[in-house]
Amino acid sequence: MRNTWLIAGLIVVIGAAAPFSGLYPLFLMKCMALAIFAIAFNFFTGYVGLLSIGHAAFYGMGAYFGGYAIKTYGVSTEIALLIGMMTGAVLGLLFGLLAIRRRGIYFAMITLALAQMVYFFCVQAPFTGAEDGLQRIPRGKLFGLIDLSNDLSMYYFTLLLLVLSIVVVQYLVTAPFGQVLKAIRDNEPRAVSLGYDVQRYKLTAFVLSAALAGGAGSLKAMVLSLAGLPDVHWTNSGAVILMCLLGGLGTALGPVVGAVMVVLLETELASIGVVKIGSLSLDLSTKVPIVIGVIFMVTVLLFRKGIVGEIQSLIDGYHRRRAEKSAT
Amino acid sequence: MIISTQVLLGQLTIGLVNGCFYALLSLGLAIIFGLLNIINFAHGALYMLGAFAAYLALQLFGINYWYALFLAPLVVGCFAILIERFFLRRLEGLDHLYGLLFTFGLAIALEGIFRDRFGSAGLSYAVPAQLRGLLDLGFMRLPTYRAWVVVASLFVCVSVWFLLERTRYGSYLRAGTENPRLVQSLGINVPLLVTLTYGLGAGLAAFAGVLAAPIYQVHPLMGSNILIVTFAVVVIGGLGSTGGAIITGLALGVIEGLTKVFYPEASSTAVFIIMAIVLLIRPAGLFGQES
Repeated sequence: MRNTWLIAGLIVVIGAAAPFSGLYPLFLMKCMALAIFAIAFNFFTGYVGLLSIGHAAFYGMGAYFGGYAIKTYGVSTEIALLIGMMTGAVLGLLFGLLAIRRRGIYFAMITLALAQMVYFFCVQAPFTGAEDGLQRIPRGKLFGLIDLSNDLSMYYFTLLLLVLSIVVVQYLVTAPFGQVLKAIRDNEPRAVSLGYDVQRYKLTAFVLSAALAGGAGSLKAMVLSLAGLPDVHWTNSGAVILMCLLGGLGTALGPVVGAVMVVLLETELASIGVVKIGSLSLDLSTKVPIVIGVIFMVTVLLFRKGIVGEIQSLIDGYHRRRAEKSAT
Repeated sequence: MIISTQVLLGQLTIGLVNGCFYALLSLGLAIIFGLLNIINFAHGALYMLGAFAAYLALQLFGINYWYALFLAPLVVGCFAILIERFFLRRLEGLDHLYGLLFTFGLAIALEGIFRDRFGSAGLSYAVPAQLRGLLDLGFMRLPTYRAWVVVASLFVCVSVWFLLERTRYGSYLRAGTENPRLVQSLGINVPLLVTLTYGLGAGLAAFAGVLAAPIYQVHPLMGSNILIVTFAVVVIGGLGSTGGAIITGLALGVIEGLTKVFYPEASSTAVFIIMAIVLLIRPAGLFGQES
């Protein structure tokens, strides 16, 4: 837990200062909402070792339900977040009950197929607004008191939620519950023989992860005032996988680093626009998927531990060498 | 509810055609999974490449449909062989998920390239002159091209089945699926076998793509939609049996077609709902022998 407080403190300091460095609060809030989404994904895939390609369903439905509640019924902000989390949890339970029956590669395919079903549902359902999505979602008042329509107050509220997510997830991961998850990931038959109800642990972790993803979705809906089909689409599941893979699966800080990198990449490429190299002109704004795909491949081939993971193993290696040296 | 026989039979044949595509794709996924132990997420992109290869061959070089039917799988197969040789081979021995993630990235990149180049509107590919018109079967009129797709895919599926179950290459391949090390120690070049198998699976996907080009529009995203349905088909049928993959694919295509007639709202989700039911009743899948 000592590391957790260090990481939380680091994020609080950087986060508190960031809006004064000239970065837009809206951009930072988008990063943070996606970072929470990535933390949720990492909690499951990073620590249980099963790949979910269905997390966009929890995130997107959380965005729709939370956004719909606050827009139509005018609930307060924290209620909208809770509705998002509940949506994610219920959906996660349904997905989990089916998908947990199969392992490895099948698990990934089942979550993807179920998420695609949710996507088709959203295309047809009346409340989602189909192609237009839910627009002009208000941010509401926190506890019915604090108005969050101001970007800066919403920003600090989002930062608080991010730090809270990190602390809670790190607590779960280091607690006995998380230790059992890691044991299942590393050697499932052994965990079974030790008497753990493996399926129940997996399901619980999946539901918790889905709940947090749903919460992240409703947060994003309020931050950007928008919930739409791209949030539920499988490419969004792909994006969250990339964030965690790039940052480092199974590390505390990886998802945050990955989320910032992916959002930065998308906005930077879009804003750079046309680049001229000699007589060749290249419009980068339309190349985002290509670059994302290539980064995916390069990460898998060259640094599977991700940025944070590679740095960590460098530090570990340094410590080990020093310890060996002092021992001789 | 009164449904005309014409509509019913029409949707049934469309379902059968889709079923053929599911069968060809899941067959490729199954043989690749058997030997490489990865789920080839780029399978949909390879199907899309097949359709685009046919389209571009016609536009740029005037190569007609019949040549494209052979050339597109060959070209896409060679492309896949390069991918296997230079990239996928490096992931051997790691967790299966890395293969999936690599091919996932490959699929996104390939789709991105074609979307960037050709836009998101579909391109049409004309039905070849010999296959236009309708076949009069007495009780219904069947578009000739649909009949051709069914015949051609079934022929290819049966040939692949024959290749796997009745030839020397097939016996090596099946043995390699069981125990690659032992096969290698008997003097069979397993890495070469793996490469060829990936090429074969990719070729099957591209063949389906060429067949699909005149029916559906040639579209950069045509592959990802069909691939996710194929995944559900694979979950239902299991990856263990070649025959199982073919039969499940065809059956689900037909069921999907029937849903379009009786309850159109559910037609896009029918296969997923069946998958959920199968998971509840038989968690290992219909033909599954999962360890």
